[in-house]
Parts: sequence; C-alpha cells; structure tokens
Amino acid sequence: MIGFGLSLLTLSAFLCLYRIGSGPTPADRMVGIDILGILVVGFCGLFAIITGRPFYLNIALAWGLLSFIGTTALAKHLEGKKFDE
Amino acid sequence: MSELAGKAIIIIGALFNLFGCIGLIRLPDVYNRLQGATKCVTLGTCSILLGVLISSGVGPTGLKALAAILFIAITAPTAAHALSRGAHKSGIPLWEGSVVDKYEEDKS
Repeated sequence: MIGFGLSLLTLSAFLCLYRIGSGPTPADRMVGIDILGILVVGFCGLFAIITGRPFYLNIALAWGLLSFIGTTALAKHLEGKKFDE
Repeated sequence: MSELAGKAIIIIGALFNLFGCIGLIRLPDVYNRLQGATKCVTLGTCSILLGVLISSGVGPTGLKALAAILFIAITAPTAAHALSRGAHKSGIPLWEGSVVDKYEEDKS
C-alpha cells in the first residue's frame, strides 16, 4: 500500500520533470522546481515509514528549508533584482 | 487500526500530489499552473506527513513530521506568491482567456 503511494509520487515527479524540461518560459521551469522540492519532502516521509528510521524526517525539514530559500532566490532573480537588495 | 488509517491518509495525499502535477501539465499559463499545482501539492504533502504522524504515534518520528507539516504549510504559499509576483514583474503575459488582472490595475 505504501508502495502504491511511492509509485504515485514517482509519476508526479516525472510530470514535474516534463514541465521543467519543456516549459515555454523560465517561470514555468521555476514553478516545476518549486513543486519538485515539495514532492521530495513527501518522499522523505514515506521512506521514514518504510525503513522505520526517523532521520529521514531531518532530511525532509532541511530539504523544505533549502527549497524555500532557493525558490525565493529564483523569484528575486526573475523580478530583475540582485540577491542582496 | 491507527496504522490502517495512516496508510489511507498517505494514499489520499499521494493522489492529491498526482492531481496537482496533472494540473501542472495541462493548465495553459504560468499563473494557472502555479495556482493549480501549489495548493494541491501542499495539501498532499501535508497529508502524507499527517499519515506518518498517525501511523507512527507520538515519538521522534511523529513530532518531526508535525514540525515538517507546520513548515510546509507556512513556506509553500509564500514561495508561490513570490514566484507569481516575479513572473508578473518580468512581463510574462497572461493567457488570452484571462478576464481580469487586478495587479496591473493597481500598479497604474
């Protein structure tokens, strides 16, 4: 049953990769990167259930933080500003 | 019993993630894609982590999952808002079927 959830998440990740590869504008690719970063947090939760080890959730927290910072930096670059303004 | 409930919530969350990513493929515009994908994927990932919390009980795994739920629920809409604002400022046009653009009216 958990394996079914993993396969659904894998299919979602491939759809995100399609959008990252073929987005007509740069903002489309950035949306794909943002969504893929949130999906990886779900992957880490499922791995914590499957293996029974709680350190995967540490990876999930750190990945969520880094994904947020990365998306904010990409949005600022899209807006045409430098990173330290 | 709680294990079965947790697995059911995990499957529902994975389905929400899949529907959000189908929206990311099929919608016509950056703003529509952001709208459709961010809400579905945020709810789906929070639901997966809630299933982890329910099926593993209160312990190190469950409390870390609760912290991750709070974190995702705060940061994902913020990131999406910043991204759509940046896309609008960089001049990406709306879909031709869009009916209103309040941000453009506010700027002028």
